[in-house]
Amino acid sequence: MNTDILKLLENDARLTPEQIAVMIGSDVNTVKSAIEAFEKDGTILGYKTIVDWEKTDRESVSAIIEVKLTPQRDSGFDRVAEKIYNYPEVQSVQLMAGGYDLSVLIEGKTMKEVALFVSQKLATIDGVIATATHFVLHKYKDKGVVYGATEIDERGNI
Amino acid sequence: MIDYSKVLSKAVVDTPKSGIRKFFDLMNTMTDVVGLTVGEPDFHTPWHIREAGIMSLEKGKTYYTANAGIIDLRHEINSYMTRRFGVSYLPESEIIVTVGGSEAIDIALRAIIEYGDEVIVPTPSFVCYAPLVTIAGGTPVILETKFENKFKIDPEVLRATITPKTKMLVLPYPNNPTGAIMTREELADIAEVLKNTNILVLSDEIYAEMTYTGNHCSIASLEDMWERTIITSGFSKAYAMTGWRLGYLCAPKAICEQMLKIHQYGIMSSPTTAQFAALEALKNGDDDIKMMVDEYNRRRRYIYNGLKSIGIESFEPEGAFYIFPKIADYGLSSEEFCNRLLYEHKCAIIPGNAFGKSGEGFARISYAYSIKHITQALERIEAFVKTL
Repeated sequence: MNTDILKLLENDARLTPEQIAVMIGSDVNTVKSAIEAFEKDGTILGYKTIVDWEKTDRESVSAIIEVKLTPQRDSGFDRVAEKIYNYPEVQSVQLMAGGYDLSVLIEGKTMKEVALFVSQKLATIDGVIATATHFVLHKYKDKGVVYGATEIDERGNI
Repeated sequence: MIDYSKVLSKAVVDTPKSGIRKFFDLMNTMTDVVGLTVGEPDFHTPWHIREAGIMSLEKGKTYYTANAGIIDLRHEINSYMTRRFGVSYLPESEIIVTVGGSEAIDIALRAIIEYGDEVIVPTPSFVCYAPLVTIAGGTPVILETKFENKFKIDPEVLRATITPKTKMLVLPYPNNPTGAIMTREELADIAEVLKNTNILVLSDEIYAEMTYTGNHCSIASLEDMWERTIITSGFSKAYAMTGWRLGYLCAPKAICEQMLKIHQYGIMSSPTTAQFAALEALKNGDDDIKMMVDEYNRRRRYIYNGLKSIGIESFEPEGAFYIFPKIADYGLSSEEFCNRLLYEHKCAIIPGNAFGKSGEGFARISYAYSIKHITQALERIEAFVKTL
């Protein structure tokens, strides 16, 4: 049941506990306390809205940066990762297997802002050996949602 | 001038237009309608299945196939029927791939019916059975199922409906529009009535994957029933493949041989692209079915509870993706209720009498829609019934 609650909320965070309870055949109080427990133990970390910023006037640029690191004694990659993710412009940091160590997604207002972040902040962190910055040109799909497409119900009435 | 009344087939002319059709025509004259009317999945065909269809075109597979369908596909159908429902058919001689479940139903009836034969058609049920029986020269005999009996076939009523002319029983479960199913025990009672007769069963199992209180049971899996059962099914509902128009028939060889003649002369072979897509569906589509059925199940509970909290009584559907609430208590006929709901609150549901007289006093609501859409429709239904 708990996985069902998480899956439903992951797909639509606006579902009420009442709706969820009905959909999974449980009762409201059970669902409410399950959600509270998830929030408390950090299984549920937050609720956000998926926005297609390209549809607005807001200027923004994002880039995926491949970062190569020297692992540190005791802490491995964790300390460096922390130093990176503490910057608010960093949207995500993931440890990778393969050709590089960290995949960093960063968002800035302009390309210059992103470039400055990489050269002045990211590249100067102790342990960072190399970076490769890839600017995002267009987002097609993110978090399972296709951008720019509004579904029209084309099913025939037959 | 030609007098069309003298040239057109009387059986066809006398066949009424589908009641669903009538209502859709009405609905299409309006805008901003929130409808819960559609009888097909709101999912797209899973991408890997679409891709298999595209790939077959790229590879130039644009020829006719064997009349009965690609042999690999028939093997997969057999292995699917065996693993899911415990019934097996010889791919070479006991399976025919058809143009949707609809063609399967049509040729099954035409292969069996002779002039004057009676075919028992339980209602409420999908609109095609009685007209197709009539056009094939038979006489549909309506067996009414009841809300009080969860819209199942009562074996005693069945026994009373059988005459020396009865050739066939249509078994439309899981049921459109009621959402009723029949369990193994209940089917055993039906089998008991049919035992020692020459009556065949046309088991329309197109919604077999959409059951929510246990696995679907095919009557062909019961003792002595395989030899007298024709199963019709298809890919439309289970794999969200309505537009591909692909279904199939499973039946004993002696029947299949005859049905294949009609299919061969009338159709040749089913669409090749769709057959290759279906092959992929059967091989790698089990997870897709589970994902969709889980979602329908959540919506089923949601709409059942939604109607209940508005104060509309319905029996909790156990199969397909429809709910069939009882609206008779509001003092309106099914058509009046649905027309007024449409005109006054811009919400469309189908009058129950479109599925047979015994559907009067009910309405069919499809839950092949998003929760958001269902919520919106429920709000309109609630606003409407408050005015009654």
